[in-house]
Amino acid sequence: MNASVDPKKLIKGGLHDWEVIVGMEVHAQVSSRAKLFSGASTEFGAEPNDHVSLVDAAMPGMLPVINAECIAQAVRTGLGLKAQINLRSVFDRKNYFYPDLPQGYQISQYKDPIVGEGEVLVDMADGSSITVGIERLHLEQDAGKSLHDQDPTRSFVDLNRSGVALMEIVSRPDLRSSEEAKAYVTKLRTILRYLGTCDGDMEKGSLRADVNVSVRLPGEPLGTRCEIKNVNSIRFIGQAIETEARRQIAILEDGGKIDQETRLFDPGKGETRSMRSKEEAHDYRYFPDPDLLPLEFDQAFVDGLAEGLPELPDAKKARFVADYGLSPYDAGVLVAERASADYYEAVAKGRDGKAAANWVINELFGRLNKEGLSIEASPVSAAQLGAIVDLIGEDVISGKIAKDLFEIVWTEGGDPRALVESRGMKQVTDTGAIEAAIDQIIAANPDKVAQAKEKPTLLGWFVGQTMKATGGKANPAAVNALLKAKLGIA
Amino acid sequence: MSVDEKTVRRIAHLARIAVTDDEVGPLQGELNAILAFVEQLGTVDVSGVEPMTSVTPMAMKKRADVVTEGGRAADVVANAPETEDNYFLVPKVVE
Repeated sequence: MNASVDPKKLIKGGLHDWEVIVGMEVHAQVSSRAKLFSGASTEFGAEPNDHVSLVDAAMPGMLPVINAECIAQAVRTGLGLKAQINLRSVFDRKNYFYPDLPQGYQISQYKDPIVGEGEVLVDMADGSSITVGIERLHLEQDAGKSLHDQDPTRSFVDLNRSGVALMEIVSRPDLRSSEEAKAYVTKLRTILRYLGTCDGDMEKGSLRADVNVSVRLPGEPLGTRCEIKNVNSIRFIGQAIETEARRQIAILEDGGKIDQETRLFDPGKGETRSMRSKEEAHDYRYFPDPDLLPLEFDQAFVDGLAEGLPELPDAKKARFVADYGLSPYDAGVLVAERASADYYEAVAKGRDGKAAANWVINELFGRLNKEGLSIEASPVSAAQLGAIVDLIGEDVISGKIAKDLFEIVWTEGGDPRALVESRGMKQVTDTGAIEAAIDQIIAANPDKVAQAKEKPTLLGWFVGQTMKATGGKANPAAVNALLKAKLGIA
Repeated sequence: MSVDEKTVRRIAHLARIAVTDDEVGPLQGELNAILAFVEQLGTVDVSGVEPMTSVTPMAMKKRADVVTEGGRAADVVANAPETEDNYFLVPKVVE
């Protein structure tokens, strides 16, 4: 691996340049109506303990019964990660005590997970790409939620999340910088959202990451790692890695050694700190859950799910590049969200793909970002934007007028073609009308006309005057050609 | 395999079972007796034998993805020593 060390990714310490090694365990909440082993709702934001069955509350004698849809979602995700699907997997009990874990154990998968090795292709901002190995994906239960700030002596426990299905997706330690780690989670989130197996809503905790960080001198064996628990935003993942790597480098350069431990990232203080309470909990005493038989299905079940998968971002991106002539960068921007890609295709269908991409990315996305709106909430529909692109293509309006038209459609709505008619926005291509305007300007400015013969850049001033005189509706190409002829500029 | 006193105390702590100093010795003896029995079982050659997961061959039961339960928060917290607004209240857990 030495040959692949990129000096740009190394972190400068006081004495040496260090390589940071990152692996991740991403917990993705499975999109399902009911929980993994009970019929209680998974819906977010209910009143405390309202979405709790007696199974989730671990009442004596309650038995878990698996939700078939959660199995299907895990398999779909495995297929999306190009991973091996295990036709037989086993649920185990992971034992530890915490007030929001009423069973005293989490039902998880240990030795025999439902999904084995796979990979994720991650595109970096500089146009390069890396392949991140996936070690495994397993199904497990989420725990409940504790509130510690309600009372000075009590913690409040709500079990609504208890028993909700999670997919733990474990990567290989293939990431070499915080940028790569952020890009990996971003891509993983995109894939999950395409598949519809996790909504990826990090604010609601649907996607959280445990980040394993270690540092080493290039070429040396792997260093001791620390695990930073429960980082819940992509930005914080980057910050946590940078902070933790620098902490480890400072210790090592001081001649110290790293203790393998679980740490917590505090974004407010910009530091990671030890979670001592987790230390003794590492002895989880896993054993097969006697309440659950092994999970078995056949290849036909997997094949059926594979047939129903949507086109995934990598394939879509390649198709956009091939079919619409887009740059890989633009295609990457468009496929980042399935809704954006669908919108783009609706605009591009039967039109110039590049022009459509420019309008979607520059005008529409720019405006949506400014207003903080999602593509689903766009006031301009794909049909409306398509009509604007058509009007430019047909030389009915200029690119500049098109921006005004876009603004009108955005704020007032309406059919772009009808608006162009009713508001007199049509481009003037009638050379007679343009010529008349030009003749007037030339007659009124003899000094500028004389200067223009010496200084051809004055043409721009004449173009501006002509556009002004025609209310911006003159065809710019026609204006240029006529002016050049009349002013005698080659 | 056998366990020492320290391991007995550790297992008891992990399982949150209060064990007095007087109980550690007898418990150690009982656990070692069980482990010795397991060791005896371990001598049986089971190579090529599938581990049995159920007495009669059967597949795992599955449920449809339908919400059938919930909406009974008061019942869920009914046995809790302390509650407020249908939350369980526990001694403060500080991280």
